[in-house]
Amino acid sequence: MLHFTRWKTIAILATAFFVMLCAVPNFLPRSMVDSWPKWAQRHVVLGLDLQGGSHLLLEVDGNAVRKEMAQNLVDDIRRALREARIGYTGLAVRGNGAEVRIRQANDYQRGLEKLRALSQPLGGILASTGKRNIDVTDAGNGLIRLAITDPAILDRIRQSVEQSIQIVERRINELGTVEPLIQREGTDRILVQVPGLQDPTRLKELLGKTAKLDFRLVDSTITAEQAEQSGVPADDELLKGKQGESYVIKKAIAVSGAELTDAQPGFDQRTSEPIVSFRFNSSGARKFAQITQENVGRPFAIVLDNQVISAPVIREPIIGGSGQISGNFTVQEANDLAILLRAGALPAPLTIIEERTVGPGLGQDSIAKGITASYVGSALVIIFMLATYLLFGVFANIAVAVNVAMIFGVLSLLNATLTLPGIAGIVLTVGIAVDSNVLIYERIREEARAGRTTINAIDAGFSRALATILDSNITTFIAAAVLFYIGTGPVRGFAVTLGIGIVTTVFTAFTLTRLIVAYWVWWVRPQRVPM
Amino acid sequence: MRPLRIVPDETSFDFMRFRRISFPISAVMSILAISLYFFHGLNFGIDFKGGTLLEVQVKADKADLAKMRTTIGGLGLGDFQLQEFGNPRDVLIRISEQPGGDEAQQAAVSKVRGAFGDSVEYRRVEVVGPRVSTELLSYGTIGLISAIGAIFVYLWFRFEWQFALGAMIANVHDLVLTIGFMSVTQIDFDLTSIAALLTILGYSLNDTVVIYDRIREMLRRYKRITMADLLNISINSTLSRSVITHVTVAMALLALLLFGGQAIHSFTATMMFGVVLVGTYTSIFIAAPVLIYLGVGQGRTEHVEKPEKE
Repeated sequence: MLHFTRWKTIAILATAFFVMLCAVPNFLPRSMVDSWPKWAQRHVVLGLDLQGGSHLLLEVDGNAVRKEMAQNLVDDIRRALREARIGYTGLAVRGNGAEVRIRQANDYQRGLEKLRALSQPLGGILASTGKRNIDVTDAGNGLIRLAITDPAILDRIRQSVEQSIQIVERRINELGTVEPLIQREGTDRILVQVPGLQDPTRLKELLGKTAKLDFRLVDSTITAEQAEQSGVPADDELLKGKQGESYVIKKAIAVSGAELTDAQPGFDQRTSEPIVSFRFNSSGARKFAQITQENVGRPFAIVLDNQVISAPVIREPIIGGSGQISGNFTVQEANDLAILLRAGALPAPLTIIEERTVGPGLGQDSIAKGITASYVGSALVIIFMLATYLLFGVFANIAVAVNVAMIFGVLSLLNATLTLPGIAGIVLTVGIAVDSNVLIYERIREEARAGRTTINAIDAGFSRALATILDSNITTFIAAAVLFYIGTGPVRGFAVTLGIGIVTTVFTAFTLTRLIVAYWVWWVRPQRVPM
Repeated sequence: MRPLRIVPDETSFDFMRFRRISFPISAVMSILAISLYFFHGLNFGIDFKGGTLLEVQVKADKADLAKMRTTIGGLGLGDFQLQEFGNPRDVLIRISEQPGGDEAQQAAVSKVRGAFGDSVEYRRVEVVGPRVSTELLSYGTIGLISAIGAIFVYLWFRFEWQFALGAMIANVHDLVLTIGFMSVTQIDFDLTSIAALLTILGYSLNDTVVIYDRIREMLRRYKRITMADLLNISINSTLSRSVITHVTVAMALLALLLFGGQAIHSFTATMMFGVVLVGTYTSIFIAAPVLIYLGVGQGRTEHVEKPEKE
């Protein structure tokens, strides 16, 4: 137990030294560290509860995705049957799909075939499952039911999440914040962490809007009041404006906001009110030119998320593909709308299901308190160990100090996040790291009392105690592992430092403490155990 | 220089004698703790109940709680709690989960921000919607149960099944009493509390394993002494180590408790109770004696007066 070859000694010291070195970038000024190569820059990331910042968990509205898929299916069915000139009735959304009744019995087989053609094998990573995206069933009596399969829905939700992440990223970047973290969580959630953001209100507003912008014609053949009374025509829908007034708008989208290439906030030249000027891509410009040419003198509506923000009358054809939107905006609103249009419309609405924001004041307080507690706790433990074990107490304290340095080293290597409970975890590790040394020392004293020679007592102490150290630490490690798995945020930070602490504790007990004592024995050749 | 010796070197306290008292006491305490849980309940935080939590610091010298209460009361947000949090300027506002899903929670936050405006600094805002809170609660419970299960399997692997079961009984007892403590003190029960419970589980087991390890060694070494005497010897020989370790952990926790601030206060208080107070007691007075009842070391006769060493 006490015999260390030169190579072993060098290996142990080198490992400990190297890991401790990894902790260094944390304590040097940022400017210095930034000039080093990437692999040397690894450092501990402060959690939001220590840095201050906002944590938002967004969920993609799966139901909206489902509804849109069903609606698209209805459109596809309509197109397929019309092209084949098959008469139908009762085409409607049903559950996660649609149903339709073929009018004439001799059209039925052809109709079924055409609709079967709509079903396609799933692509991408799901291609190997051999499943299709739509199940077409014959429900008898000319009725055909089409259901979108669950894998297809999940796949679309997954795509929506990917798209949403990109759009969220663009929107957040407009705020000019520091390195936000945006990543997917689970099947339909997005985690957004913005360090340093104190008031997430504006961020929430930007993320809460789908920002689907459409240009559509107003149906001037019927007024809103007439439509409310006698029913809205099949091609139209009733939408409200900003002040609650109603409009009858054609369902067909003349030009979609997806064809915008740019949107900038500005001021109207004549009225000086805030506006958003926009520009279309070439196909959008063409469509826009056509619509405006055909409808001079009629109003057309600019619809944002199913609300009419403005409905100006077309004075002249607009061929250049650019224009401006005015809708009684404040400067902030115009700015935000421009941001949203540039970033793009979200494929499905995002809901904020969890929000945790910590102000910088609290963050700094927490760090200060954490550091104070660490110093006080360590001081108490150091003094106690010195008093109880004298010289060996010094050895134990060195081992614990190296232990803590190694914890920081490993955290840095992993670019792990340090939270306030994480700091508590380090303080606790100090308490428990001492335990391994205590186990060894008490065993040594016991063996010495039982009559062994000094060196044998020390040797036996180590060999008997190390098995126990391993057993007892593994059980705590299991608890830390479970906690890591089920925890989020700050709790996870605690699990990480606890887990790492246990590993480094076992390492230092098995190697460093033993090494120090071995060299002391070799150097001093003690006659008795000095504790 | 003489070293500090809290526990004298050759103790021979008869711990096992107390098992006729300690078991009933523990049983009563456990039942008390369980009934406290069901009737008095835990003070579930927003992590598990959903809702909104705001920690604000008023810009004035002292927070006017009464006035703040009326302000929030007027917003129509249902149940809410206001309490001072660490110093006269810090106030913790807890608003219960609003009906209407996640959007309603967000609306509530905007209302509160609007009501207080610039008169306060928002130190911390946490909003947990209904879905996330249910998930966290189930994750927390599953986590605790799986940790208990995983550790049980590991102990069975390393020791015999009686030891694994004994450790489980002792440590579940720890958790039960700690939950009782949390019910009595109505300490905030949130995710960090689950972290505390899991850590208590880990550390208590740490202790128990050390004692079991010694018991196993004694069982191999001394074949002729009674179980009760063997257990006594095991505990007495590890007593020094146990006390010293508990003192160091207590010191670390004390530092956290006194200087760590309000943010982790409930966490450290729970740990202090579970690890230092209860953990020690169960390792000695429950974990060891329960082995007798589980049938470890059967065949050794009781009431042998003098232990014979080989």
